[in-house]
Amino acid sequence: MIEESAVWLILFLPLASFAVIALVIRPFLNRYAIAAGYLTIAAVGGSLMLSIWALGSVEGRGEGTELLWVHDWMQIGAFDFNIGIMLDPLTAIMLVVATAVSLMVQIYSTGYMKGDPGYARYYAYMSLFTASMIGLVLASNIVQLFVFWELVGLCSFLLIGFWYHKPAAAAAAKKAFIVTRVGDFGFLLAIMYIFFNRDSFGGLNPLEITDIHSAATLGLLGGSVATWIALGIFAGAMGKSAQFPLHTWLPDAMEGPTPVSALIHAATMVAAGVFLVARFFPVFEASSTAMNTVAIVGGFTALFAASMGLVMNDIKRVLAYSTISQLGFMMLALGVGAYGPGIFHLFTHAFFKALLFMGSGSVNHATGTFDMRYMGGLRKAMPWTYATFLIGSLSLAGLFPLAGFWSKDEVLADAWRHGELVGQVVFWLALAAVFMTSFYIFRAFFMTFEGEFRGGADADPDTEPHGEGVHLEESPPEMVWPLGVLAVGAVLAGFAVNPTTDLGIVPIHWFTEFLGAHAEDFNIVLAAASSLVAAAGIGLAYLMYMSKRVSAEALSLSLGPVHRILSRKYYMDEAYELYGVERGIYGGLARGLDWVDRAVVDRFVTTVGWFAVNIGGALRQAQTGQLQAYGVVISVGIMAILGLYLFFL
Amino acid sequence: MSLENFLIVGAIIFSIGLYGALTKRHAVTVLMCIELMFNAVNITAVALSRYVTPSAVLDGSKGAAEAVLTGQVFAIFIITVAAAEIALGLAIVIAIYRTRETVFVPDANQLRK
Repeated sequence: MIEESAVWLILFLPLASFAVIALVIRPFLNRYAIAAGYLTIAAVGGSLMLSIWALGSVEGRGEGTELLWVHDWMQIGAFDFNIGIMLDPLTAIMLVVATAVSLMVQIYSTGYMKGDPGYARYYAYMSLFTASMIGLVLASNIVQLFVFWELVGLCSFLLIGFWYHKPAAAAAAKKAFIVTRVGDFGFLLAIMYIFFNRDSFGGLNPLEITDIHSAATLGLLGGSVATWIALGIFAGAMGKSAQFPLHTWLPDAMEGPTPVSALIHAATMVAAGVFLVARFFPVFEASSTAMNTVAIVGGFTALFAASMGLVMNDIKRVLAYSTISQLGFMMLALGVGAYGPGIFHLFTHAFFKALLFMGSGSVNHATGTFDMRYMGGLRKAMPWTYATFLIGSLSLAGLFPLAGFWSKDEVLADAWRHGELVGQVVFWLALAAVFMTSFYIFRAFFMTFEGEFRGGADADPDTEPHGEGVHLEESPPEMVWPLGVLAVGAVLAGFAVNPTTDLGIVPIHWFTEFLGAHAEDFNIVLAAASSLVAAAGIGLAYLMYMSKRVSAEALSLSLGPVHRILSRKYYMDEAYELYGVERGIYGGLARGLDWVDRAVVDRFVTTVGWFAVNIGGALRQAQTGQLQAYGVVISVGIMAILGLYLFFL
Repeated sequence: MSLENFLIVGAIIFSIGLYGALTKRHAVTVLMCIELMFNAVNITAVALSRYVTPSAVLDGSKGAAEAVLTGQVFAIFIITVAAAEIALGLAIVIAIYRTRETVFVPDANQLRK
């Protein structure tokens, strides 16, 4: 049974590491920046150990209860404002995922970031990010959760813009911050809305997450109240998890260092949106409107993002759209009520997507570019990267018996069994996305590892090589080892944690049952169908990019307009730029504010000034400098006061 | 002779002095008028000290003699101060004459700036 102090330590270890690096190592001992990496690894490793302990403790307690430690922060009138820890199965799983992936990424980064002048700064941000993510999942109070939520966003901003001297990175960082802020505003409105409706909570503390759960399950929240709260929370989740229409920031976020993409924009931070919906799942369940919104947005995003992934040439952008698409899968799972499978998919996805991103970083380390048109033939030069990337790709495509297969299959099965129209719609959307997913990831795989090498950074006109430039050899061991560990996860994280039969050590459907969700039986027909669809995608990619039986160029020419729309990302960036920024903000809002500034604020000020000038001008005439005239006025004044005093008082 | 007569004389002289101080253009005349106002005040002070006996004197309590003499002492004080003030005033008039070559009050209007 875990102690409270140990749980706090999960949060404070990386936070302390951040403080030491930021306050001591970076300003005073930057020559020994290498220590920052080891310190972070030690801190995150400690957090991982404690997280596993926490998971074990929660598991031992049986289902349906959470460990809760709540402390007073302040009291406002009769209102208690608390901070604390809420340790339930969801939290425990998220803790393990976040710290495990983070640890792998930190180890990998010692190789990838070697020699970077911002090495210590990088690890300071990474520690802070890990701490924020842990704080986010541990929070017992919605306001406390919001604080860490924003901290996570801040770290994302800092790390995307890590190479701030590159204009593209600086712009991408701003874009991520601003676009997610749109969603965060919805989340903030939801918190305020909860607070304004605190009377309907009937004595429960409306900011405590457990009390929100009770209020939702007891039916204290009326239909529309629950809907509005859920939609506001979902708005925040859409921003963080890059769901349509707030997805545009994530592909650009690839400007940051690749391990950052692996940790933040694949495995943990973007999963925070899914976590948020899961955290307030009872509220969503209280409103069918909110559930259907989540399902439709998730299903649409899954397909929409996957379609853009089909044509990208930058390997990280393919993975970025893949991430958006997979997050859509998780959202649609939650939307059809499949709480367990949604989180299960988050869990498996964290492993294989971090693996794929780190694989792309390893490839970049060798070739100096991310553009797949200039890669190829890396299979022989980088056998370990090749093998682990293949495992990650198969897992993402959802082939038996890898991790992705089990989670994706459960998501599809639950959408299929949902019964209503929404379930049918998102099932077909998801199935189409499965096809696209296996196609684009194997397109990337074949373009990167098969065929002939096409020159790397030397051939690519648009890149400045990171690190040592083109040298076709396997990455250093500190980069390959984490790939291996994650590859094991990408294979085993599915069946081993959520088996369809009792394994002895692991009971049947352990993962979903542990989360307190109902587990559906394995459906062999559905599994076979989705596997066939995935295999078809792989086959098409093989024909087009491996055996070249089908010419990719001819196909893209014959589908010219479609190809152009996809590669321009449906013109959404342009549309946001034109309608959102140019017309909406510059043309509408800014122009309106400009008018108010001129016509109201400025006019008020100039009017006041005009009065002062003119009254002063009139009074100036009296200032003759003639002391005798002043004397007359003073005397008359004294006489008037005396007269008043004598005759009227 | 009653107190009113003295007060009326004092008021008349004070008014003449005030009028002169505010209307005459020559600085020396203005100083003379100010002197008139001082003396009007002196007359009033001495008259009041003579006619309005403080109740302390009737009681015969301690310090009564000083109370009786207050007005007269004030008059002497004012005469002294006025002498000093006239000396100062005349010095200013001479200083103005040296710099601006005039002793007309309306010409000394630098306050305007």
